Amino acid sequence: MKSLFIPSYFIFLKDSHSELRTRYALNALFMFVVTALSIILFSLGSESVSPDVLAGILWVIIFFSSMSGLSRTFVSEEERGTGLTLQLISAPTPIYVGKLFFNLVLTLSLNILISLLYILMINNFVVASADIFWTTIFLGSCAIASSSTILAAIIAKASTRGTLYPVISFPIMLPMLMTVIKATQLSLEGAFFSEALGQFQILISYTVVLVTVSVLLFEFVWKD
Amino acid sequence: MTKYFIAKVGLVVWLTLVIVAGIAMPMVPAPSKWYELPIIPALEDKARIIFFHVPMSWTTLVAFVASMVYGIMYLKTKKLDYDLRSVSAAGLGTMFCILATVTGSIWAKFNWGSFWNWDPRETSIFVLLLIYGAYFALRSAIDVEEKRATLSAVYAIIAGVTAPFFIFVMPRIMTGLHPGAKGDESGSTPVAQLHMPPNMRVVFFASIIGFTILYFWMFNIKIRSARLETESQYAQE
Repeated sequence: MKSLFIPSYFIFLKDSHSELRTRYALNALFMFVVTALSIILFSLGSESVSPDVLAGILWVIIFFSSMSGLSRTFVSEEERGTGLTLQLISAPTPIYVGKLFFNLVLTLSLNILISLLYILMINNFVVASADIFWTTIFLGSCAIASSSTILAAIIAKASTRGTLYPVISFPIMLPMLMTVIKATQLSLEGAFFSEALGQFQILISYTVVLVTVSVLLFEFVWKD
Repeated sequence: MTKYFIAKVGLVVWLTLVIVAGIAMPMVPAPSKWYELPIIPALEDKARIIFFHVPMSWTTLVAFVASMVYGIMYLKTKKLDYDLRSVSAAGLGTMFCILATVTGSIWAKFNWGSFWNWDPRETSIFVLLLIYGAYFALRSAIDVEEKRATLSAVYAIIAGVTAPFFIFVMPRIMTGLHPGAKGDESGSTPVAQLHMPPNMRVVFFASIIGFTILYFWMFNIKIRSARLETESQYAQE
């Protein structure tokens, strides 16, 4: 256990430091979110849209902003040519776990930001059950991070990375996206927490399945 | 050669019988003879799709699992032949997936009123199509043979572990138009058609068996031609 978590923690620290130094992904992602939100605000105008549609639009923004930011963790290693050094200093599993946590922190903070801006800026979007909503955001971020990390590792080795990443991610993420949209709709309707438990179970099992498979398969993807 | 020939003729005869039986067995209100099928209210002759559409979807699933299993075998042995098998299985799976989607869609127009209704099962077959599309897009983006084999095998496995969520879980917990969906009186079983009469059941399972063998036959031809292609490529180099 110790040999897994300490190296993972250092990989996580390394990624956070290099990200905070350039703030490349952070700035780009922030602008992406602002752009996407303003496009939606312009297109909605003064129309009142049903909450069910707004719940879908929220996750469209979250999906595409994750798609533009989360592949950075592995693509930057390939671009800077630091992948080999990383292979020398650590076993594959700690690298995967470190990157997974970095992606988790990135998605979680991004999704909280998107949700806050969305609630503030869109009139019809009133969260009736806050407990369901924030649990959905948290579990949804875990599910996004767990599926996108391994796919980012795959995509970093391919050419045409930018366009291919959403293409290969969408079918994998669809069960999770349908579940979070349903759970968000429940939170807007003011459902009780127990009504959304089924959705949360699907999200948790999805995350567990993907992390397990990723740990088993990461070695094959990572080693040249 | 003769054994192979007999097997081929046998399959042709088998599938012909299944197709003739599926199309020609009369549907009467009160079946009394062995070849008469009961009329299902509101479906009537449209019920015959079950003999062709369901086996096609089943074969899609078989191809999907075969592609994933060959992917696992490639990762274990690193023999490129398994990658060839994996991609051949996926190619045939795409074809059967398109066939199942098209037949189902035409049928839906006449029975449910529109070509596409986003019923949970329609969603799941659509996602399978997307997975196959993404699989081939990923393959075309990687140049090195070994790398391509490894990464597409990993992708096939990841898709294989998430697919049960919409192939088996979602069509049953959500309400939908297909049999076996939530709220279906006959129960949400994996094969909801099991309450059909015995002679219909025989044709149905004969069709499933026939289509599965057809798949493996086509797979055999495809894998041999793919091997020849790679050999001739090496010979040219």
